Amino acid sequence: MEIVVACGIAVLAGSGVWLLLRPRTFQVAIGLSLLSYAVNLFIVIMGWVRDGAAPFVQPGVLPDPARFADPLPQALVLTAIVIAFATTALLLVVLLASRGLTGTDHVDGREAEE
Amino acid sequence: MSSLVAQLPAATIALPLAVAALMLFVDERRHGLKAALSLSASLALLALSVALVARAAAPVAHVTSLGGWPAPFGIVLVADRLSALMVLLAAALGAAALVFSVARWQRAGPHFHSLVHFLLAGLNGAFLTGDLFNLFVFFELLLVASYGLALHGSGAPRVAASLHYIVINLAASLLFLVGVSLMYGVAGTLNMADLALRLPQVPAADRALFEIGAAAMGIAFLVKAGMWPLGFWLPAAYAAASAPAAALFVILSKVGIYAVMRVWFIVFGGDAGAELLAYGGMATLAYGLAGVLSSQQLGRLAGFSVIVSSGILLAALGLGDAAATGAAIYYLAVSTPGLGALFLLIELVERARAPGADLLAVTADAFGIGDEPEPEEEPGIAIPAAMAVLGLSFAGAALLVAGLPPLSGFVAKFALLAALLDADRVPVAVWALLALVLLSGLAAIIGFGRAGVRVFWPAQERSIPRVRMIEIAPAVVLLGACLALTAAAGPALRYTQDAARALHSPGAYIEEVLRTP
Repeated sequence: MEIVVACGIAVLAGSGVWLLLRPRTFQVAIGLSLLSYAVNLFIVIMGWVRDGAAPFVQPGVLPDPARFADPLPQALVLTAIVIAFATTALLLVVLLASRGLTGTDHVDGREAEE
Repeated sequence: MSSLVAQLPAATIALPLAVAALMLFVDERRHGLKAALSLSASLALLALSVALVARAAAPVAHVTSLGGWPAPFGIVLVADRLSALMVLLAAALGAAALVFSVARWQRAGPHFHSLVHFLLAGLNGAFLTGDLFNLFVFFELLLVASYGLALHGSGAPRVAASLHYIVINLAASLLFLVGVSLMYGVAGTLNMADLALRLPQVPAADRALFEIGAAAMGIAFLVKAGMWPLGFWLPAAYAAASAPAAALFVILSKVGIYAVMRVWFIVFGGDAGAELLAYGGMATLAYGLAGVLSSQQLGRLAGFSVIVSSGILLAALGLGDAAATGAAIYYLAVSTPGLGALFLLIELVERARAPGADLLAVTADAFGIGDEPEPEEEPGIAIPAAMAVLGLSFAGAALLVAGLPPLSGFVAKFALLAALLDADRVPVAVWALLALVLLSGLAAIIGFGRAGVRVFWPAQERSIPRVRMIEIAPAVVLLGACLALTAAAGPALRYTQDAARALHSPGAYIEEVLRTP
């Protein structure tokens, strides 16, 4: 299970970095979104103990804290998701403003010379 | 009453946050009301931060646990000497930038005052927080406000520069998150004091993972501080920003340095990776030096000066002991208002010049044109008062940034070099830093001298800039503060030395944070 999650994060992060280095602003925005998904997943699995360990509390049995997922990273990831939403929205506005002002969607505001 | 005073650190965050939110509801056309609200809040914040500095001396740190939850579980705000000083610097720069903006810039775009106050709230939070995740949240708050401020005034060059600024900082924030979660995953806590205690208990196998997390976080901080391979975005973004925003951005690069100091000294005791900071700082210094010499635009010149001051600070942190760190903190306290004043003055000075004059000036330098003798001017014509005040202030700011006597920039550099050389065997790296610091002073004189001559004694006709009192006053007051720091260099240096000693032996800080009920 761990290897699947790790590979998923790696694919997201790798595609994100590749898109981040592309010259078009929309690619950069999508790249940053993918990267933030990768980071959010990464935070969540920091609090993930092992699979198959359901946090059931049975009557009369003292619960074993080692079987529970850590709730703190889940709280952290909510904050991180909200912040990533807001900054992505802001980036999209700047991207549109740049497109409107310069007439191109190149990140430098002008096409690279051939 | 005492419980109210205990909430002082929280008030420095809550006040700008509340005022900024309130001003969102004020109609954009009511400039007078907005300016009055914003300026009075900013003065109140200045008073609060002075009180914070006055109280910070007792005994090591002043800890506020928000909501009454004890330290490793709840959120704490910690006001020690260093963080109180940073809050004061931010409040002073904020007040200066706001007063400056009342003349013109507040009308250049929507919600300028709210953005400045959100930025101040984020800054104060980042300076005062005692745990890593809140550091991240306050970093995001100040960054989002700074994106708005970088875009303030709009225009194609500003939007293009801001786009780079935003993307780079978003990527750096993601690295920050990776670092925080790795450190949490290994050590199981986010409180900095608690992290320092748990670090020795981390099993050796996980230690590398912890250090990778710390390194990822360090990269995020150093991107902000503009360390050499990470700081190429800085001059362009700072030069393109409007003058009050650029003045505020000076403290943004210091936030990166502050965060490095805070986390590195508390968690790692200022030990691991010192060489990286030292050599990285020197590379930054060399890069900034080259930039200062080659800048054609006044804005870029000031941007590279920011990089130079970051380089000096980082190298001093990496090389020095507590005495050198104390001098570095004094240098930080001096260079921040000095650079802020410089950014404000540049905008005023540039109004006097024809567009494209920068390029002409450097081309003229290179080809040796423009040196034909001028016809004698009629004697007895005084320089117009505005130009004289501007020229004097510009020269003052340049002296301050270059670190020449008699202003406090010199005192700071002298104290720093004296502390670094005060050893039996001085390492080669210190000599290299000495040479670079002296060279950077020379480069600043050459750069600013060339710019000043071209601006104030131009060969071609120039118009007298229309400068209002309210625009020149904040820059003059910031320079006056630096002058006061020269006169009061003794007490100021004692304060920063105490701050540095507390940083270098974080035991008392850690105890204070974890002891607070």
